[in-house]
Amino acid sequence: MTKVTFNGETQTLMYRMTVRDMLERMGLAGKRVAVERNGRVVPRAEHGDILLFDGDRLEVIVAVGGG
Amino acid sequence: MNDPLVIAGKRYASRLLVGTGKYRDFDETRAAVEASGAEIVTVAIRRTNIGQHTGEPSLLDYLPPSRYTYLPNTAGCYTAEEAVRTLRLARELLDGHALVKLEVLGDPQNLYPNMPETLKAAETLVREGFEVMVYCSDDPIQARMLEDIGCVAVMPLASIIGSGMGILNPWNLRLIIDKARVPVLVDAGVGTASDATIAMELGCDAVLMNSAISHARNPVLMASAMKKAVQAGREAYLAGRMPRKLYMAEPSSPTEGLLTALAA
Repeated sequence: MTKVTFNGETQTLMYRMTVRDMLERMGLAGKRVAVERNGRVVPRAEHGDILLFDGDRLEVIVAVGGG
Repeated sequence: MNDPLVIAGKRYASRLLVGTGKYRDFDETRAAVEASGAEIVTVAIRRTNIGQHTGEPSLLDYLPPSRYTYLPNTAGCYTAEEAVRTLRLARELLDGHALVKLEVLGDPQNLYPNMPETLKAAETLVREGFEVMVYCSDDPIQARMLEDIGCVAVMPLASIIGSGMGILNPWNLRLIIDKARVPVLVDAGVGTASDATIAMELGCDAVLMNSAISHARNPVLMASAMKKAVQAGREAYLAGRMPRKLYMAEPSSPTEGLLTALAA
């Protein structure tokens, strides 16, 4: 089993997942988001290629109102 | 009047930049931004809410990036590292967009900038090709340092963020404006229209505000007032005010041709 952190919460993966799989699982497929994995940005074009490993830390962000 | 604001080589007709935070809803955000005439709007970068985003509208649907220039900020960041990571993500989110607002805070109560961390973040960001507009203290020496690093605009506070206390130290702002070779914007502290006018009369190139509009009783009407206030201040600055004549009146009407007093 693979455990990854998604925006600070632990998620358990039952099978090997890519960043794109993970976004789908979190209901974010096709949404305008940006992803950081272990402190590095994962470009959108690579979401389908990058596999997640045990202990990976993902940050997924959007733009919200702010000053 | 053709008098564009030029930031990082790009021209803008409006000298008012507005934030998009603290509105009742996205409809009010859009109405206020439209009334302000702003072309550059700041946005914050935050984690998606797990399980909440499916089907919900987003800010970007209401303020299309095709019409507005987004200025992603680093509000809430207290270290250079957090700020740099946030803006790398913003650049990815906005398809390579380089224009950003850097702010590194030093204290959660007064939201005053942490200048050593701000300088450190600015160096990294400029090296990575970002066009950095930077929130800073109103210290002319640090403003110059940020300019020397390569920031495309310096944005000293007029008073602390969200306070609405107005222009507290016009002398420091003038010291920064007189030396700067990049646009100087007042960022933070404007409370009402006259504050924005004073900032522009001092020679600021533009004003950035959020709470002054979003926390007004009628935000859309205040946005319209701010648009006019910034324009009025800019025109007054360009026109050049009359010299102050302290303790010396000068009539505006002719002093000749007055009626003679009737003989007593």
